[in-house]
Amino acid sequence: MKLITAIIKPFKLDDVKNALESFGVHGITVSEASGYGRQKGHTEVYRGAEYTVDLVPKVRVEVLVDDGEAEDVIEVIVKSAATGRIGDGKVWSVPVDVAVRVRTGERGADAL
Amino acid sequence: MPKIDSGDTAWMLASSALVLLMTPGLAFFYGGMVRVKSVLNMIMMSFACIGIVSILWVLFGYSLAFKGTNPLIGDFSAVGLNGTLKSASGTLPELVFSAFQLMFAIITPALISGAIADRAKFGGWVLFTTLWVTIVYFPVAHWVFYFNDGKGGWIADRLGAFDFAGGTAVHINAGAAGLACALVLGKRRGWPKEPMRPHNLPLVLLGAGLLWFGWFGFNAGSAVAANGLAGIAFMNTQVATAAAAMAWIVTEKFRDGHCTTLGVASGAVAGLVAITPACGSVTPMGAIAIGIAAGVLCALAVGLKFRFGFDDSLDVVGIHLVGGLVGTLLIGLLASADVVGTDGLLYGGGLSQLGKQAIAAGAVLGYSFVVSYVLAQIVEKTIGFRITPEEEVNGIDTTAHAESGYDFSSTFGGAFGGGGPITKPVGVADDERSVKA
Repeated sequence: MKLITAIIKPFKLDDVKNALESFGVHGITVSEASGYGRQKGHTEVYRGAEYTVDLVPKVRVEVLVDDGEAEDVIEVIVKSAATGRIGDGKVWSVPVDVAVRVRTGERGADAL
Repeated sequence: MPKIDSGDTAWMLASSALVLLMTPGLAFFYGGMVRVKSVLNMIMMSFACIGIVSILWVLFGYSLAFKGTNPLIGDFSAVGLNGTLKSASGTLPELVFSAFQLMFAIITPALISGAIADRAKFGGWVLFTTLWVTIVYFPVAHWVFYFNDGKGGWIADRLGAFDFAGGTAVHINAGAAGLACALVLGKRRGWPKEPMRPHNLPLVLLGAGLLWFGWFGFNAGSAVAANGLAGIAFMNTQVATAAAAMAWIVTEKFRDGHCTTLGVASGAVAGLVAITPACGSVTPMGAIAIGIAAGVLCALAVGLKFRFGFDDSLDVVGIHLVGGLVGTLLIGLLASADVVGTDGLLYGGGLSQLGKQAIAAGAVLGYSFVVSYVLAQIVEKTIGFRITPEEEVNGIDTTAHAESGYDFSSTFGGAFGGGGPITKPVGVADDERSVKA
């Protein structure tokens, strides 16, 4: 199994969610996140003073999938999250040893 | 002695209540502007002023401000409000006049608290407020508000400068003291690198609305009668405030790119401040001019702290000191003989009124800044005025008041949660409990 983590622009969350649902992913976890990438945030002017905003608001989407589906799911996320402008985010995956469905005790692919 | 007038008395009782409401309004205005971890302390500083100053006023404040024949300070003839229960002040019962003036004495130190947000030890603030109203506010109110047939305070009754409702005694006074306190306490940790933006703007706007509402008592009430002059002051207050709110957001649209709600609230307060000294000496057209000047100049002035590096956290200097100066000095240009019996420079009245206005403004500014600086240093050197770095990072609400403004977490039992109920009654030693268990 693989855990796919995507950091995306908040306004793309609906697109990513719909694309994953159409693809057939059974569940996702979404949380608010903030951070910066190569551009190191941006500057903002408020009440006459300029500030650097180095932590930009983002959304983190996590999906647990079977090994065979991982590449396709990554592709689906990248396609649905892209705007072509800076700050579109990142997607990565890491191997997962164990997954258990708490209610039934099912393990591995059955737990997805 | 004129007869007590029931219409005047009714209006002044209502005005007194309106002016009192300004202090909770200010507490919300300031409370919304600080970060989430200091909202309660910000509100608490204003409520502490209501408590402390009300009592000092009865004990000796009223007497020091509104008695005697000395130009600089009152006397002790009405200590404990002695002898005022059945006497008259103009067409009012003296106690009604005294109650009205008390509300001014309450809000003036409360205004200062915005300059030292997030970092003032609460005990230090209590001591500072006590010293400050006694040594700074009561004398200055005597200078500016005490009329006694030429034997009253030196600014009001001898110099002849116009300050209808307290542009000098309240706003320049609080602004200069705020600057002094901000310098003594120093910058907040992280300022000015961290933005420290307002945590609750609806609260700021609610506070600004309450201030605007209460300010009709402050300004129109300063006619000390229910008459035509009160009506002029009322209309001037409305239009100057409206003009200043709009002028501020236009200024920041050009400077920053957006019209902000913080801007419209700040602009309204800047307009209220600037029209305070002038509302009884200009026409409504003059009031619009004062409002526009205050909105633009105060919007630009709030940037000064970044240039000079003093952490006037909520812009007490930029709004109250600068706004107070704008209003006090513009009287010299815009006073109208139709309203006050003297023409300002722009109405062909020459420079003399402008000179008197400048002397009044400069005297209050200088006295307040120097004495406030010394008082703040005394508090810092004795019981301490600034909280520790650890308290500041953790937040003054939890460290000074053991509360937090918003308890949104449902998962962990709230901001102080995580544990179960404490079964041990407070004050019972651990070993006693273990014996009973």
